[in-house]
Amino acid sequence: MVRFQNVGMRYGLGPEILHDVSFELEPGSFHFLTGPSGAGKSTLLKLIYLASRPSHGLITLFDRDIALAERNELPALRRRIGVVFQEFRLLDHLSVMDNVALPLRVAGAKESDIRDNVAELLDWVGLSDHLQSRPATLSGGQKQRVAIARAVINRPHLLLADEPTGNVDDRIGIRLLYLIEELNKLGTTIIIATHNEALVSRFDHPEMHLSDGVLTIKRKSAQGMV
Amino acid sequence: MFRPRSDLPLEHDAANRFLPWLIVLIVYLAALALAGLMVLSTAASGWGRGLTDTLTVQIPPAASMASKDGVSDANSAPEARVDRALEVLRATPGVAQAKALSREELLALLEPWLGSGQFTEELSLPALIDVKLKAHSGVSLEGLAATLDAAVPGATIDDHKRWFGRLILLVRSVELIAGGIVLLVSLAAIATVIFVTRTGLAIHHDVIELLHVMGAHDAYIARQFQFQALDMGVRGGAIGFALAASTLLALGYLSARIEAMLLPSLELNASQWLALSALPFVVALISMITARVTVLRALAKLP
Ligand SMILES: Nc1ncnc2c1ncn2[C@@H]1O[C@H](COP(=O)(O)OP(=O)(O)OP(=O)(O)O)[C@@H](O)[C@H]1O
Ligand SMILES: [Mg+2]
Repeated sequence: MVRFQNVGMRYGLGPEILHDVSFELEPGSFHFLTGPSGAGKSTLLKLIYLASRPSHGLITLFDRDIALAERNELPALRRRIGVVFQEFRLLDHLSVMDNVALPLRVAGAKESDIRDNVAELLDWVGLSDHLQSRPATLSGGQKQRVAIARAVINRPHLLLADEPTGNVDDRIGIRLLYLIEELNKLGTTIIIATHNEALVSRFDHPEMHLSDGVLTIKRKSAQGMV
Repeated sequence: MFRPRSDLPLEHDAANRFLPWLIVLIVYLAALALAGLMVLSTAASGWGRGLTDTLTVQIPPAASMASKDGVSDANSAPEARVDRALEVLRATPGVAQAKALSREELLALLEPWLGSGQFTEELSLPALIDVKLKAHSGVSLEGLAATLDAAVPGATIDDHKRWFGRLILLVRSVELIAGGIVLLVSLAAIATVIFVTRTGLAIHHDVIELLHVMGAHDAYIARQFQFQALDMGVRGGAIGFALAASTLLALGYLSARIEAMLLPSLELNASQWLALSALPFVVALISMITARVTVLRALAKLP
């Protein structure tokens, strides 16, 4: 599903943030991505969702070497990935409903389908009372759920969540993670970046740990093995 | 108006609120310049007809001749002088026709300047002879002028060519200037749209990157800008055209009242109006294409 081979990454002429990172994720797997602040978790996710290109190394997404992919193939690859951004990136001039509908509109879905799908999903994340609210009027936890809803509305094959529990207390954080686990059971491959070790320890999923630009994979039990 | 649902709040950008007014101005100026161009072309081609191969011979009134030369010729009765000139002209090979204008015709020509009062009766007028040359007659104007002057002292020839030539030169220069204005104004429109589009790209960079990461095709993002630009182009263009049309109609009305013979008609004909009314659409289309190209070029730089 996702394969990194000796991937290195630096921003411009800055220091190298990822050194020779290699790993492979099987379809349907669930990984945490941990590491101290500034370790490069968001950077690694950006490489996966094709928002930046590696300085060196090989990235294979959905069995496609992305360095060889034509520019016009990339939108289709990107649509198979849902992203929950660390800073949400909700559009303040659009209602909650339109924010969540955005990936469907981008993909050219029919307006009639969009309404029902979005309403149903917002109901699932407990926001059916806020369909027409503006993101600016929501609490941090509500925004987080809008961001998650937007990331999964298109039924992505791969869900990347950057600190999806960063703005909520642990009780809500655990509920959000259960929500994401449900998606995983439906077949979605998941990577969750977080520094909340307590939360990570409550789940049985393998952990990719980034430190000083080096990635190590910790497995907790036989179940999570890849 | 022409915009489908949009993800970008482009219409709230300051630049986007000013652009329509810039387009109004641009279309207004372009329409006036274009109208001027068309009026002049029509007028110039009208003047060209009927002026080639004609001459006017002017014979000054006898009184002024007498005072100039200090002699009084028995033969200097105006009719006699005109007859002598006609004789010379008709004897000249290459002249197809020579005809003296009657006093009534002369007065009719002068009426716009002098009115039709009583005093014109006493006016001593030069006699005018209309001369038509055969096509490609090759008549030497200098030779004819000398012969005429010998037969009828003071007679002069006016071939309209020199005057006409200068007029045409003037018209062509004005046309060139008008064409230049249309060109500059189009460039201004394009530059304005590029500027506004770039500003929009910078302001909404985050949203654009987000759409890009969600898998939006470049065309999807470009569409939002291009319809915004089309919308502005059509609205600005329509207002600019309406203003230009009122100006032109007012000018046409005024020029019709002045009845000046030398002024060309300032009225546009139907096909010219049609061509002019295409202007706002052309500007709107240029705006749209410019915005699209600008956005696509910027997006090509994203990973
Ligand atoms: N756009 C950028 N340009 C230059 N440097 C950047 C950019 N984004 C991140 N960095 C640098 O890369 C390093 C890793 O950043 P990154 O955001 O990936 O860390 P992180 O592990 O996600 O941290 P956090 O847990 O705080 O979110 C940091 O030193 C940061 O300064
Ligand atoms: Mg981060």
